[in-house]
Amino acid sequence: MELLGLYNYWIVVFLMMAGFYVVIARGNLVKKIVGLNLFQTSVFILYISMGKVEGGTAPIVEKGITVYSNPLPHVLILTAIVVGVATTALGLALVVRIKEAYGTVEEDEIHRQDESL
Amino acid sequence: MIRQHLPILQVIIPLLSAPLSVLLHKRWLVWGLTVLASMCAFIISILLLQQVLARGVISYELGGWAAPWGIEYRIDVVNAFVLVIISAIGAIVPLYAARSVEREIAADRISLFYTAYLLCLAGLLGIAATGDAFNVFVFLEISSLSSYILISLGHDRRALTASYQYLVMGTIGATFILIGIGLAYMMTGTLNMMDLARRVPAVADTRTIRAALAFLTVGISLKLALFPLHLWLPNAYAYAPSTVTAFLAATATKVAIYLLLRFLFTIFGAVLSFEEMILHFVLMPLALVAVFSASIVAIFQDNLKRMLAYSSVAQIGYIILGISFVSVTGLTAGILHLFNHALMKGALFMALGCVVYRLGSVRLRDIAGLGRRMPWTFAAIVIGGLSLIGIPLTVGFISKWYLVLAALESQLWWVAVLVLVGSLLAVAYVWRVVEAAFFQPPPRHAAQYQEAPLSLLIPTWILIGANIYFGIDAERTVSIAQRAAEWLLRGPS
Repeated sequence: MELLGLYNYWIVVFLMMAGFYVVIARGNLVKKIVGLNLFQTSVFILYISMGKVEGGTAPIVEKGITVYSNPLPHVLILTAIVVGVATTALGLALVVRIKEAYGTVEEDEIHRQDESL
Repeated sequence: MIRQHLPILQVIIPLLSAPLSVLLHKRWLVWGLTVLASMCAFIISILLLQQVLARGVISYELGGWAAPWGIEYRIDVVNAFVLVIISAIGAIVPLYAARSVEREIAADRISLFYTAYLLCLAGLLGIAATGDAFNVFVFLEISSLSSYILISLGHDRRALTASYQYLVMGTIGATFILIGIGLAYMMTGTLNMMDLARRVPAVADTRTIRAALAFLTVGISLKLALFPLHLWLPNAYAYAPSTVTAFLAATATKVAIYLLLRFLFTIFGAVLSFEEMILHFVLMPLALVAVFSASIVAIFQDNLKRMLAYSSVAQIGYIILGISFVSVTGLTAGILHLFNHALMKGALFMALGCVVYRLGSVRLRDIAGLGRRMPWTFAAIVIGGLSLIGIPLTVGFISKWYLVLAALESQLWWVAVLVLVGSLLAVAYVWRVVEAAFFQPPPRHAAQYQEAPLSLLIPTWILIGANIYFGIDAERTVSIAQRAAEWLLRGPS
C-alpha cells in the first residue's frame, strides 16, 4: 500500500521518462519539443504535489480554517511555467528557421544535407 | 547610499538596458547603451570585490524582505571573483562586437543581437550574485535562452541546428537542476542557500537529499559541458558569430562551474559531497578523459573554431580535475584556471574573429601563409596558444603549476604526469595553426588580405596583455583564488 500512496511520484516519473524518451528517440524536431514539454511538465507536477498538506485547503485566508496547503511551490512553478513557455516558443521558432533553411524538420535528413557539404 | 545597493545594481542595469535597447532600436544607440551598461557592471564588480576583500561577506536583502523569506543576494570571495571575470569579459566584448557583428550578422538583427547580449550578461551575473537556489534557476534560464538566440544568429545554417541542439540539452540540464532544487526544498523547506546549508546536515542521510545532489550534479555538468555531456558545445561554438563564441566560451561555462562549486561545497558541504557520496571518484576520471579525448579530437579538426571548442572541453576538464582533489591547492588551481581560461579563450576566439573578418573562413587550409599578412592577429593566436599550452610567463603556466602541485600534494603523481602529457597534446593542435600560418607558402591571392582593423585588434590585445600580465604578476589572482578555496572548503559558517 505504501507504494500506491506515493502515486503522485509514479505519475511524475512516468511522465518524465516518457518525455525524455520522446526527446531522445524521435527524429522530428517538433516532436522533440513536445517531449521536452512533457519532461518539464512532469517536474511542475512534482513541485505542485509537493505543496499539498494533508487536510489543508487552498491558501486563502478564511474564518475557521487553520490548515492550508503550502503555496510557495505553486508560485515557484508559475515562474517555471513562464520559462517553459519561452523555451517552447524559442524552440519552435528555431524549428521554423531550420525548415526554411533545410526544407525539412527531420533530424536524419538534416544530417544528410550537412554531410554532403 | 548607492553603495549598499551594488549587488543588485550589478544585475539590474544590464537587465533593464535590454528592453530599453529594443525601444531605442537604432544600431549605434543600442551599441552605446550596451557599452555603458556592461562598463557599469564591470566597475560595480570591481567595487564589490574590493569591499568583500576588505570587509567580508556582503548580504543584500531584495526589496527589504529578510532572508530566508526574501531573496538574498550574497557576495563572498568566490562569487565576487567570478563576477569580476564575467563582467570584465562582458565589458570588453561589446567594444569588439561593433565591427565584428557588422560583418557576421544581418543588419536588421544587430540591435536585437545587443538586446540578447545584455540579457545573457544579466543572467550570468545574476547566477553568480544570488544567494537563492530558485533564483539561480530563473537566471540560468534567462542566460540560456538568450545564448540560444545569440548562437542562432550565426551566418551558417548549421548555427540553427547547433542552437536547437543546445536548446534541447540545455533545457534538460536546467530541468534536472530544477528537480534537484525541488527535492532539496522538499526535505528542508527553504530555498535560501545559507539556510539550506544549515538544514541539509540534519537530513543528509535521506535518499531524497542524495537524489537532489545527483540531479544537481548531472544538470550542472550538462551546462558546464563536462565530458561526456559536452556534445552541444563544439557545434554551438563553431557556428555562432565570433563575438558570441568569444563571450560564451569565456563566461557561460565558467558560471556553471561556479554553480557546481557553490552547490557541492557551500550547500551540500564537502563532507556529504565527497566523503559520503565520493563524487571525486566520478569527477576525476571524467575530467581526465575530457582532457585527453577532447585534446586528441581537437588535433584533427579542420575548422579552427571547432578545434578551440574541443580545446575548451579539455580545459574544463582541467578545472574539474582541480576541484576533484578537494584540497585547498586543488581548488585554488581550479578557480585560477577558471579565471585564466576565460582570458585565453576569450583572446583566442577574438583573434579568430579577426581572421573571419578578413577571410570569412577559419579553415586551416585557408589561413595558409597568412601569418605575415596579418601579423598582429596571428601573433595574438600564437601567444594565446602558448598560454593554452602553459608556457611560463603566461597565465596558463600558473594554473598548470598549481594543478601539478595539487596532484603531488594528494600523492597522485600519475595525475601530475597526465596533466603534463595533456599539455603536450595542446602543443600539437596549437602547432598545426602556427605551421599553417607561418611556414606554408601564401596563396597567390594573399596580397588582398590585410591586417584586421584596430577596433578588433585592440580588444583582442587587451586580453592577450592580460594573459601575459597575470602570468608574470600572479600574486593577486593566486591570493584571491586561495582565499576563495579556503572559504569553500570551510563550508558555511
